[in-house]
Amino acid sequence: MSTAKTRLPAIEGWFTLDEQAPALLGSKCTTCGNFAFPKETYFCRNPECQGTEFAETELSRTGRVWSYTDACYQPPKPYEAADPYVPFAIAAVELVAEKMVVMGQVVPGVGVDDLTVGTEVELVLDTLYEDDDHEYLVWKWRPRAAAKLKEQADA
Amino acid sequence: MPDDKRVAVLGAGMHPWGKWGRNFVEYGLAAASDALREAGLPWTDVQYVAGADTIRNGYPGFIAGATFAQALGWTGARVSSAYAACASGAQAINNARAQILAGLCDVALVVGADTTPKGFFTPVGGDRKDDPDWLRFHLLGATNPTYFALYARRRMELFGATEADFAAVKVKNARHGLSNANARYRKEVTADEVLASPMVADPLRLLEICATSDGGAALVLTSMEFARQHAGTDDLVTIDAVSTVTPRFPQTVIEMPNFSTDSAAAASTVGPTFKQSVAQAAYEEAGIGPEDVDLAEVYDLSSALELDWYEDIGLCKEGEAERLLRDGDTTIGGRIPVNPSGGLSCFGEAIPAQAIAQVCELVWQLRGQATGRQVEGARVGITANQGLFGHGSSVIVSK
Repeated sequence: MSTAKTRLPAIEGWFTLDEQAPALLGSKCTTCGNFAFPKETYFCRNPECQGTEFAETELSRTGRVWSYTDACYQPPKPYEAADPYVPFAIAAVELVAEKMVVMGQVVPGVGVDDLTVGTEVELVLDTLYEDDDHEYLVWKWRPRAAAKLKEQADA
Repeated sequence: MPDDKRVAVLGAGMHPWGKWGRNFVEYGLAAASDALREAGLPWTDVQYVAGADTIRNGYPGFIAGATFAQALGWTGARVSSAYAACASGAQAINNARAQILAGLCDVALVVGADTTPKGFFTPVGGDRKDDPDWLRFHLLGATNPTYFALYARRRMELFGATEADFAAVKVKNARHGLSNANARYRKEVTADEVLASPMVADPLRLLEICATSDGGAALVLTSMEFARQHAGTDDLVTIDAVSTVTPRFPQTVIEMPNFSTDSAAAASTVGPTFKQSVAQAAYEEAGIGPEDVDLAEVYDLSSALELDWYEDIGLCKEGEAERLLRDGDTTIGGRIPVNPSGGLSCFGEAIPAQAIAQVCELVWQLRGQATGRQVEGARVGITANQGLFGHGSSVIVSK
């Protein structure tokens, strides 16, 4: 981080701010064990369950790519695009323990050619957009292979 | 099929799709007038108006049924207005059908029309951090083509679909729509042109993603008894099923505008996917199966998505859609033509009108009036459609 800007989540309560090992914050129904992301707060989505109480739970930090694509054209508002616009990849990632698929942008520098169905990825925090004083953070997926390379480089 | 389970289609009408930039009401009225003319009924005979809403044209769009009724001249007809994303038109058809089957009216008019902005569909304005449709644009930059592309890539990896297959769908539909006067794009394209068009959301290219269009469509629906008396014949086009089912938990395919699928961790069973269940419910209601169908109009929001539909509506098993396409089965003249109208590929999407337009095409096909794109001898057709927030529809039409 070369900036002195304050780092804030782009949305409150959807993920932890642990820069080293962030996690998405989902809910787990205390009655049936159903997971949800974003968090369920009113009524369990399992139609066979009457549960109304939910524990906040950190979802698996790693998963495998279910499918992927990219955004070659700048998405419209309310997406806050950098100027000039830089295309990015998007992945839908399967979490084994939760038996669910969660979408996220893929970290900058990783394109569709670097991905395949089944690619192992992990969750990281990265800047979604910024203003003069703040960087607004969001979760992104990073291939584990890229992470290992970074670890080697850092070492 | 007994009379208390089906309704007759006496008239169908459309305002040509395009980017006309006029008020959506104008398109709806043109379509309604054509449908009434086909039916041989004056507006004053309509007892019930079912409007399909548009959410991008202000208040008149939210109460479309009343908007069209007022524009045609108040008659005291009862009215409803339905919004169900891409399935809005089918919901309006279903509202009219329910009134007729309940014996509450004999003659109903169904109308949907839209005027659309250029480019990607965007969420409704405002700063709304509790609306998943707003949030997916804000936090992910996920447009509708993002989701279409996820399905397309998955098809390639699981079933060996190729970019050439996706392009071939576009080439086929462009050819189908060439002589359809209501289609917006009436131009033959080659696979090379498709594959040379700019990538939008890998692996989908510009020519493979449906545009947003202006357009209007309408139907005149009546009870069977009224239709026989009015038309003086038993040889009628009828709507035998309207499926508007919601998904079943756990929904394990990522759907617009969601960030995640349901979790299957606590589920006792995982059933058919949403798109499969939409068509299954229609077949069950009509008491027929995919083998009885002569043609289909499916929601090709992308070229690749048309292939998913082949399987979801039961034209072939999972993973066999590419073979069906390559063998020419789904081309006019083939075993089971799909999107003889040219589909969304040639129309672009005018959301509230689109599911109605699919039924209009089936009506004209079954009557043998689809000049230049006729599926010979067609007796039974099915539509399939899906939109945001758990909406989808399938309508079965027969003669």
